[in-house]
Amino acid sequence: MKKDETGKELQVSAIENGTVIDHIPCESVFQVIKILGLNEVEDQVLFGTNLESQKMGKKGIIKVSNKFFEPDEINKIALVAPTATLIVIRNFRVADKKKVEIPDSIEKIVKCFNPNCITNNENVTTRFFVIDKQDLRLKCHYCEKITAKDNIWFY
Amino acid sequence: MKNKSLVSITDYTREEHIQILNLAAEFEKHPIQKILEGTVVATLFFEPSTRTRLSFESAASRLGAKVIGFSDSASSSVQKGESLRDTIMTVSNYADIIVMRHPKEGSARFASEVAAVPVINAGDGSNQHPTQTLLDMYSIRKTQGKLDDLNIAFVGDLKYGRTVHSLVMALCNYNTTFHLVSPNDLKLPSSVKIHIKDKNLHYYQYTELVDVIPKVDVLYMTRIQKERFSDPIDYERVKNSYILKNHMLDTSKPNLKIMHPLPRVNEITIDVDKNPKAYYFEQALNGVFVRQALLASILGVK
Repeated sequence: MKKDETGKELQVSAIENGTVIDHIPCESVFQVIKILGLNEVEDQVLFGTNLESQKMGKKGIIKVSNKFFEPDEINKIALVAPTATLIVIRNFRVADKKKVEIPDSIEKIVKCFNPNCITNNENVTTRFFVIDKQDLRLKCHYCEKITAKDNIWFY
Repeated sequence: MKNKSLVSITDYTREEHIQILNLAAEFEKHPIQKILEGTVVATLFFEPSTRTRLSFESAASRLGAKVIGFSDSASSSVQKGESLRDTIMTVSNYADIIVMRHPKEGSARFASEVAAVPVINAGDGSNQHPTQTLLDMYSIRKTQGKLDDLNIAFVGDLKYGRTVHSLVMALCNYNTTFHLVSPNDLKLPSSVKIHIKDKNLHYYQYTELVDVIPKVDVLYMTRIQKERFSDPIDYERVKNSYILKNHMLDTSKPNLKIMHPLPRVNEITIDVDKNPKAYYFEQALNGVFVRQALLASILGVK
């Protein structure tokens, strides 16, 4: 097994340049891949799930070569992976490390839970305002109804 | 307010609400002013409505505008499967302003984003009905002499009643004390209550109408629809506790006014109509002045 710069064994190979998304809850790994559209990138994508983690017990990790995310883009995953850390790798070294943050508004990825909302009846891109970041409550820009954490569905 | 769509009551500021009410008062004094001659108002009613549509059309006529549109989606291209987007984009080419009612929540917001002309929401599903709200505010101010510091009761279906949602939100600007009377199944939704809480205003919830009558300045009645109940027995159990009868008003304040967005079914008995505290028919008339004020402001002639 390969080792990282501190000599720790790596369960998922290191990348030369790109982004590592670490500490993803296991059940959200595939969701994160989908939200970030990683199923469509041309570069190398490595991922692992159910890996041992001191902090979380078990975790998931995704490594994307040659991809550097804008904050708006990466923060979308905060809905499914609020614990995620983002590590920017340049030349095999950690260039930057930060936590994801729940954004103030969310477009496209979430479905409005109200079946009578226009976004569920016409081809309209959804848009929500995050009115509660702790409990995760989203207010639909269109029907103005609130979608609570337990009702959040992704496209 | 020129060219500014009115979708949700909160799209306009408190100051803009007052401007509309003041202008409506002017139209009440001089209702016939042909200041919109040559203008075309489209009224697109994807869902039937008598009062709202006719009062808009009356308002437009009194201002000299021409009205085009449909009163039922069965007689429009929706029947052929046309999307709302396409209908709105097409009508944008024919009219200077669009007034629309649609059964889906959020439809008016969406229309305002695709239309090249301003859109007035005349009701989108159970969401918003801002022009009704402005006429309710007008009626409250006219009968109470003010909007501030009033005790206002909302009675009936507070869950699905869009007129209630919009009015509660608007009144949060005026230090209102809210008395919310409804069956447990039809309580005010949290998405609306949040506005009351944000302003730290007081609200009280009741399940009995009689308890609230002596306390309030305005009694805002709404219709409880049988189909809102999952269990018809629940409906039978509650329906009589939300009917206002004339003798129940004996304990009410002298300045009390009874309002109702109409249509009424049986929630206010006919004997109340003769009581000077009944205000619902005058309230409906005020709708024309308020809609005149809106058309004139948004089209930029006032």
